[in-house]
Amino acid sequence: MEVVDIHASCDHEFIAKVEEESEQKVRLCYQCGNCTAGCPYTFVYDIPVSQVMRLVQAGQKERLLSCKSIWLCATCESCTTRCPNEIDVARIMDVLRHMARREGYVAEKNVKMFWDTFLDSVEKHGRVFEMGLLATYVAKTGRFWTDMELGPKILPKGKLSFKPHEIQGKDKVAEIFKRFREMQQ
Amino acid sequence: MSTYAYYPGCSGLGTSQEYESSTRAVCRALGVKLIDIPDWSCCGSTPAHTVDHLLSSALAARNLALAEDLDAAAVITPCPSCLTNLKVAVHRMSDREFRMQVNKLLDKPVDRSTPVKSVLQVLAEDVGPEAVAEMLPHKPLAGLKLAPYYGCIMNRPPEVMQFDDHENPMAMDNLMAALGAEVLPFPLKVECCGASYGVARKDIVAKLSGKLLQAAEDLGAHAVVTACPLCQMNLDLRQGQASSAMGHKFQLPVFYYTQLIGLALGVPQSELGLSKLCVNPRLALDAMHAAQAEKRELEARKEADKKTPKAKAA
Repeated sequence: MEVVDIHASCDHEFIAKVEEESEQKVRLCYQCGNCTAGCPYTFVYDIPVSQVMRLVQAGQKERLLSCKSIWLCATCESCTTRCPNEIDVARIMDVLRHMARREGYVAEKNVKMFWDTFLDSVEKHGRVFEMGLLATYVAKTGRFWTDMELGPKILPKGKLSFKPHEIQGKDKVAEIFKRFREMQQ
Repeated sequence: MSTYAYYPGCSGLGTSQEYESSTRAVCRALGVKLIDIPDWSCCGSTPAHTVDHLLSSALAARNLALAEDLDAAAVITPCPSCLTNLKVAVHRMSDREFRMQVNKLLDKPVDRSTPVKSVLQVLAEDVGPEAVAEMLPHKPLAGLKLAPYYGCIMNRPPEVMQFDDHENPMAMDNLMAALGAEVLPFPLKVECCGASYGVARKDIVAKLSGKLLQAAEDLGAHAVVTACPLCQMNLDLRQGQASSAMGHKFQLPVFYYTQLIGLALGVPQSELGLSKLCVNPRLALDAMHAAQAEKRELEARKEADKKTPKAKAA
C-alpha cells in the first residue's frame, strides 16, 4: 500500500483551485465509498474515485494529475447522482482532467488523442466528421489493426459518409475555439 | 401539439442514421412538429467538457441561440449526449457571470433560457403512452420480450436532467408496454456501456457492454431497446468484441425505441432502417411473430373447447 505523508506533501493551493473550478466543497466528502461502489470503471482505474476525493482533500496534486483514472472516467454521473452530500464528483473528475491538460500530464495518451481529434474535427467542419475522425486517429496513433473487424460490419450499411457535413457557420464555430484559446492566454 | 426546435446531433447524419430517420417518422405520425435548428453545429459531446466547461457550454449554446429565432416550446434532441451538453449549458448559464463568459465566445448571444428535452421525454409526457395505446389497440408488439436500456446520462444527474427516475426510469418501458411488448425488469437500465472509449480503449467497452448483454440474455430478452446512439453502437456493432470479452457468443438485436414505435405504427421500412442494424433484428421479430401465432392458436383452441361441450350437450 502506498503511504502518503499529507503534512509533508499537502498542496493547499491545489485544493483551493479544485474547489474553485468545480464549485464543489471537497471537504464535505466523508469517504462513505458510495461513489466507488457505483463506479463502473473501478476495474480499470489506478485510483478508485473515493480515493481520488481523499487525495484531493490531502492536496496530492502530482499523484492525482498523473493518474489514469481521470482519463478513464466517462462522466456517467453515477457518483454525482449517488453522493449523499450532493458533491458533484464527476465535475471534480472533469476539473482534474482540465488541470492535467494544462500542466501537461497525460496518463492515457490514446484517450486524449481521440478527444483532441474529435474536437479538431468540430473546429474544422462545425460538425463531427466520423470517418475523418477515425482515419486521423488511426494515422496519429499508428493503431492500424484496431477495430479492423468492424469495417465489414459497418461499411456496407452506408452509415459512414466519406465526406464531411460542412455547415455554413463553420467559421463561427472555429471562432468559438479561437476566442476560447485567446481567453486562456 | 406544440412545435419543437429539433437538434439532430452529428451521429444522426452517420452512425445512427436509422435513429434519426425513425425519430422523424414517429414524430410525424404522432403529431409532434419538428423544426430543425438552422445550420446547427456539434455540441462538443464528451471531448469538449473534458477540456473546459466554458468551451463545452459555448459549443452547445451556439445552437440554443439559433433556436431562439424559431419560437418553439422547447429544444429537443434524440441523443442523450447532446441532451446533457445542452441541458448543462442552460443549467450553468442561469448564473449571470457564466452566461456572460459564454456569450463572449459566441457571435449570437443567448438571451433566453429555452427548455431542453429529449425526444423520449416529449413522447412520454406530451404525447403519452395512453395516446399511443389508443392508436394501436391491437398491441402490435405483443410477444416481444424487451430489455429497456436508457444508458447512464438520460436521467442523471436528476437536478440537471429533470426527467423520469434516475435509478429506475420508466418512460421507454411504458411506451413499449403501450405497444403490447413484454418489458422485462432490466436491472442495468442506467449502467454505463463504456461510452466513447470504444475507439481508444475497446477493452473497457467490451467488458461493460458484455455485462449488459449478459444481463439482458439472462432475463430471456429477445432484444435490447435503447434511446442512445452510442449505447446502440457499443451493444450492436461491438457485440462480437463483447462476446469475446465474456467468452460467450451473444446474438441479441439492439433496437432504437423509435424503430419499434415506427414498426408498430406501420412506418415504411426505408425510414425505420432496420437493415442498418448489425445484429439481424429478424431474430427478435421472428420470436415475436411466433409468440403471437402461439397465442392466437391457444385462443382458437379455447374458443373451440368452449363450443365443443355445448355441441355435445345439444
